[in-house]
Amino acid sequence: MTSRSLPRPVVQQSASEATAGGAAAGHHAHQPRGLLRWVLTTNHKEIGTLYLLFALLMFFIGGTMALVVRAELFQPGMTFILPEFFNQMTTMHGLIMVFGAIMPAFVGLANWMVPVQIGAPDMALPRLNNFSFWLLPVSFTILLSTLFMEGGGPNFGWTFYAPLSTTYAPPSTSFFILAMHLAGISSILGAINIIATILNLRTPNMRLMDMPLFVWTWLITAFLLIAVMPVLAGVITMMLLDINFGTSFFDAAGGGDPVLFQHLFWFFGHPEVYIMILPAFGIVSAIVPTFARKRLFGYASMVYATASIAILSFVVWAHHMFTVGLPLTAQLFFMYSTMLIAVPTGVKVFNWIATLFRGSISFELPMLFSLAFIVQFTIGGLSGVMLAIAPADFQYHDTYFVVAHFHYVLVPGAVFAILAAAYYWLPKWSGVYPNVKLGLTHFWLSVIGVNLTFFPMHFSGLAGMPRRIPDYALQFADFNLLSSIGGFLFGISQLLFVAVVILCIRGKGEKAPAQAWEGAEGLEWTLPSPAPLHTFDTPPEFVPERDSPSRH
Amino acid sequence: MSSSSYYVPATSKWPIIAVLVMGMLAVGAGLMMTQGSGLILLVGGLVGVAWVMYGWFRDVTLESMGGLYDAQMDRSFRQGMAWFIFSEVMFFAAFFGALFYIRVFTLPWLDGEGAKGITALLWPDFVASWPLMNTPDPAVGGPDAIINPWTLPLINTLLLVTSSITLTFSHHALKAQQRLRARNWLILTLVLGGIFLVIQGIEYVHAWTELGLTLQAGIYGATFFLLTGFHGLHVTIGAVILLVLLIRLIKGHFTPEQHFAFEAGAWYWHFVDVVWIGLFLFVYVF
Amino acid sequence: MLQLLYRSCGLLLLLTGPALASAINTSSGWNMPPGVTDISREIYSLHMIIFWICVAIAVVVFGVMFWSLFVYRKSKGAKPAHFHENTTVEVIWTAIPLAILVIMAIPATATLKKIYDASDAEIDILVTGYQWRWHYQYLDQDISFFSNLGTPRSQILGEEDKGDFYLLEVDNPLVLPVGKKVRFLFTSNDVIHAWWVPDLAIKKDTIPGFINESWTIINEPGTYRGQCAELCGQDHAYMPIEVRAVTEEVWLSWLDEQRETAAAEAASGEREWTLAELNERGAGVYTTYCAACHQADGSGMPPAFPALRGNPVMTSAEGRDKHINAVLFGRPGTSMPGYGTTLSVNDLAAVITYERNAWGNDTGDAVQPSEIRALLDR
Repeated sequence: MTSRSLPRPVVQQSASEATAGGAAAGHHAHQPRGLLRWVLTTNHKEIGTLYLLFALLMFFIGGTMALVVRAELFQPGMTFILPEFFNQMTTMHGLIMVFGAIMPAFVGLANWMVPVQIGAPDMALPRLNNFSFWLLPVSFTILLSTLFMEGGGPNFGWTFYAPLSTTYAPPSTSFFILAMHLAGISSILGAINIIATILNLRTPNMRLMDMPLFVWTWLITAFLLIAVMPVLAGVITMMLLDINFGTSFFDAAGGGDPVLFQHLFWFFGHPEVYIMILPAFGIVSAIVPTFARKRLFGYASMVYATASIAILSFVVWAHHMFTVGLPLTAQLFFMYSTMLIAVPTGVKVFNWIATLFRGSISFELPMLFSLAFIVQFTIGGLSGVMLAIAPADFQYHDTYFVVAHFHYVLVPGAVFAILAAAYYWLPKWSGVYPNVKLGLTHFWLSVIGVNLTFFPMHFSGLAGMPRRIPDYALQFADFNLLSSIGGFLFGISQLLFVAVVILCIRGKGEKAPAQAWEGAEGLEWTLPSPAPLHTFDTPPEFVPERDSPSRH
Repeated sequence: MSSSSYYVPATSKWPIIAVLVMGMLAVGAGLMMTQGSGLILLVGGLVGVAWVMYGWFRDVTLESMGGLYDAQMDRSFRQGMAWFIFSEVMFFAAFFGALFYIRVFTLPWLDGEGAKGITALLWPDFVASWPLMNTPDPAVGGPDAIINPWTLPLINTLLLVTSSITLTFSHHALKAQQRLRARNWLILTLVLGGIFLVIQGIEYVHAWTELGLTLQAGIYGATFFLLTGFHGLHVTIGAVILLVLLIRLIKGHFTPEQHFAFEAGAWYWHFVDVVWIGLFLFVYVF
Repeated sequence: MLQLLYRSCGLLLLLTGPALASAINTSSGWNMPPGVTDISREIYSLHMIIFWICVAIAVVVFGVMFWSLFVYRKSKGAKPAHFHENTTVEVIWTAIPLAILVIMAIPATATLKKIYDASDAEIDILVTGYQWRWHYQYLDQDISFFSNLGTPRSQILGEEDKGDFYLLEVDNPLVLPVGKKVRFLFTSNDVIHAWWVPDLAIKKDTIPGFINESWTIINEPGTYRGQCAELCGQDHAYMPIEVRAVTEEVWLSWLDEQRETAAAEAASGEREWTLAELNERGAGVYTTYCAACHQADGSGMPPAFPALRGNPVMTSAEGRDKHINAVLFGRPGTSMPGYGTTLSVNDLAAVITYERNAWGNDTGDAVQPSEIRALLDR
C-alpha cells in the first residue's frame, strides 16, 4: 500500500480521528470510548451489532403492538381498545416489523458477515455505513412519535392505500411520509454499500461463483433495494403532494387514479417481499450443509434460482391487486407470472432437501431453526401458489388466509432464519456458544407458538374473516382464540432469546474455537472466536479449487 | 495495486451530524406542512445539510489528495456513484410510470374507453385529452393553457444538450492536461445550466400566474410540476456540483489520471440531461 | 406437522373448554363455502384442486425431508455422501412443478374468462361504498337505499348477548331474484372499500371515481352474508353485506313495496312534523349515521370528531344555520361528509332536530323537512 509513505492530509480532525492515515496497521488504537464509540464507529462489526440490536428492539416494539391486536381479537366484541387505535396498531406493527425489524436485521447480518465471508477488512464505504445505520433510529423515532400526535398515528394499514392515506388520513401522515423517506435513504445507501463491497472487496481469486450463498443472496437483495426503494420514495412523495399541495395524483376528480397508487406501491412492494426472504435463503443455505456435513446441493442452481426470483419479482406486482378490477389480460399475465415464481422457489427447497439426503445430520440450535424454516416457509410458499390462482384469490384476498400466508413466510420464515443465523454466528461474534437449554426451550416454544398463531388463520380466512378488523362474527371465535393464545406464547418466548444473547455478550457459556461448528465452511471460520474488531487487514488466501462452494 | 493490504478510512464526525441535520430537516418540513411552524428547524436543517456536504466532501477531498486512497477505494467510489445514479433513475422511472399510466389507462377509462370504460357513467361530461384541460370534476379545474414546447422548452433542450457536450469537451481537455481549456469549457457548461434554470424559473412564473397551470390544475398540472420540478431540483444540485468542481479544477485538484470527482459530476450531469430529454418528449411535446 | 397441530389445537380446546364455552360458537366450517352460483362452485373446486395438489406436494417434500432427517442422523453413525449436483434431477424438479402449474393454469384461465363476461345482464345494480355503509341503487327499477349495520351497539360493547348473525346483519338487505343475471357496478363515495359475499364468490374493490363490474346468477333462494374486505377506516369491521335471494314473484312484490314506502316517505316530507316525532326518528338516524364518530352520548372524539353535546353550534340559535349547513354539505377539510345527497329530507330534519335537543342541548328547536327541502333545492 502506497499511502504509508505519504504525508498525512491536513484534515481537521478530532483527536479520535488522528489515525486517519488509515494504514492498516495503525488504525486499531485510539478508539473513542463509551457512547461516542458507537456513534462514530465505521467498523462493520460494530455497525452490524448496532443494526442487530436495533432490529431486536423494534421486533419487541412491533411485537407488543401485535399482542395488543391479538388481545383485542381474543374474543369478539369491542373489548379492549377502540377500532381507531386498533387500526393504528396493525399499521404500526406492519411498518415497524418490515422496515424496522426484518430489513435492519438482515442488513446487520450483511454488515457482520459479508466482509468476513469475502475476506474484506470492512465495508467499501464505512462512513456511509455509519450514516445509513444512524438514520434508522431518527426515522423510527419520528414514526413512533406520530402515535402521540393530534389525530393519532398512521391508521391505514402498512400498505397505506390512497385515498385513505391521503384525503382521509390523520394530520400526522406527513411525518410518517418523511420518516419513510429517511428509512428509504438508509436502505438505498446501505444497499449501495453492500453491492460495492461484494463487487469490489472480495479477496483475490474469489470469483462471483465462489462466493458463499449468503453473499450471493445479499448481492441480489441489494440490487432489488436500489431498484425499488426509490419507487417507494416517489410514490410517498406523490402522497405528500396530494395531502399538502392540492395535487390530484390519486383522485379521479382531477384525472388521477387511486389504483395508480397501488401499482406504484406494489412495484416496490413485491420486490420488497423478496428483500425480506432472499437473505434468509442464503442463511439456510449456509447452515443446512454445515450440520448435514455435506456440501450444498446445486450451488449454481441456487444462484440462478435466486436471480430468477429477483427478476420475476418485477413483473408480478399486480397479484396483490386481483380485486381492484384489472383488465382480463392484465389479470392473466400477472397470474401466470406469479405462478412461475413457484418454480425457482421449489428448486431451492428441493436443493436443501437433497443436501440433507445422505448427509450426516446433527440437530444443533441453528439447524433446528433452519429445518423449521424449510417446513414453515414451504407451507407459506404453497399457500402462495394457491393465492396466485386469480379466481380463487377473489375468495382469499384480504382475508386471514392472506395474513396466514405472509406471516408464514415472514415469521416462521424470515424471522426463524434470522434466529438461525444468530445461533449460528453468535459463537463467532461473542466467542461463546449460545446456551443450549435456553435455546432449545426458545426453539420449541417458538415453533409451537408461531404455528398456533398462524395456522388457524388459514381456516378463519377460508371461513370468511376479512383482515384488519377489530371485531368479528361469532363463527371465527375459536380460531381467533387459538391465534391469540399462540401469539402471546410466541411473543413471550422471545424473551428467552434475549436471555441467550445477553449470556453470550457477557461471555457466559462454553468457549468456541475458530471453527465453531464441525462441518462449517467459509472464511469466517478461519478467524478466531470472537472475531477481533479488525479482521483481514491483508486479504486472506483463497484457493477456489479447495475453498469455493462451487468447486468440483 | 494493493493486493497485499486494504485501505480503511478512519472514523468521521460527519455521518452522525448528517443524521442529526436530516432529522431536523424532516421534523421541520413536517411541522411546516402540518402546523405552519417549524421554519427554523427547516432552514436549520437545510443549512446543516449544506454544511455537512461541505465538510464531509472536504475531508474526503483532502484525504484523496493526501494520496490515502488506493485503486480499490477509487473503484468503490465509482460503484457507489453508479448505483446511486441508478437509484435516481428508478426515482424518475416511478414518475414517468405514473405519467404513462394516467395517459394510457386512467384518462381513457374515465372517458368511457377500454376495459373499464363503464366508469364514464360517473363522469358523463368528461372528455379525455392530453394535455388535460378539463378535469372530470370541473370543481378541480384544469389549466387555462399550456406551455408551447417549441418556445422556451425547446431552447432549454438545446441548452442542456449543449451543456452535456461542453462538459465532455472540458473532460477531454482535463485528460489532455489542458487545464485552462478545461476550465473554460466547464464555465460555459455552468453558464448554460444557469440559463436553463433561469428560463425554467421564468416558465414557472408564467405558467403559474398567467396560464393557470399550477400544482392544483388537475393531473396535468400535477404531473407537469412533479416531473419538471424534481428535474429542476436535480439540475440545481448538478450545477452546485459543477461549481465545486470548477473551484477544485482552478485550484489544481485534478490530474489527467486521477479526477474521479470530475467524472462523477459529469455522470450526474449527463443523467440529468437524459431525464430532460424524456421530459421534453413526454411532458411537453407528446 | 398438520396433524400435530390439529391435535395440539384440540388438546388446548379441551383444557380450556369449559371456561371458554360461551365464546365458542358452532363453527360454520373450516373451509371456503361452495356457494350458490355456478361461478362460486367452479372457484370452490379450483380451490380444492389446488389445495390437494399442495397437500400432495407437501406430503412428498416433507416426507423425503423427515425421512432423511431420521435415517441420516449422525448419532446413528451416518457418513456423509459426496455428491453435490445432478443435472438430470435438477431438470426434473424444475420441469415437474412447471407442468403442475400449467395444469392448474388451464381451468383457472377458463373460470377467469367467465367471471369477466358481464354481458347480457337483466338487472343492473350500482353498489356504492360509504364510510361505513353500503348504498344500493337498482338502476332500472328506480329504487335506492342505504344498508347499515343491523347489530345493536350494546351487543358490540358486550352489554347484551351477541346474536347469531353478530356483525353480519343489516337494516335493509339487498334483495335479488334467483335465476337472473345481475350485474353489479361498484364505486365508492370516499375511500376504497371491497364488496365481498363469499357465497357469491364476488369480491370487488369499490374505487372512488371509477366503476368496477361483476355479475352473478344466484341458484338458490336464501340469505347470503358478507363483509367489507378492504380497510376503509375505523368502522371497517362494521359494514356488513346481506343479500336476500328470493323467487322472481317475491322480488317483484318487494319492488312494489319499496316504491310505495318511498312514495309515502316523500309525501310525509311535505307536512309539518312535531318535535317528538322528529326526535324519535332522529335518535335512530343518529345511531346509524353519526354515533360512530360523535358517539352515542354526543361526546365525540376530539379533536378529530368534535363533541356535539354542549357544542354552541347545537345549543344556540346563532349556530342553527351553521349546524344545518354542516350536516347537509359537510365540513371541507375534515372527515365530516355532507349528507344532503344521501339521506332523505325527513331523516336530515330529524337528525338535526335530535342533535339540537338530545343530551341536554335542549333548544326545543324543530327543524322541518320542508325547510331542508328548500335549502337543498337552492
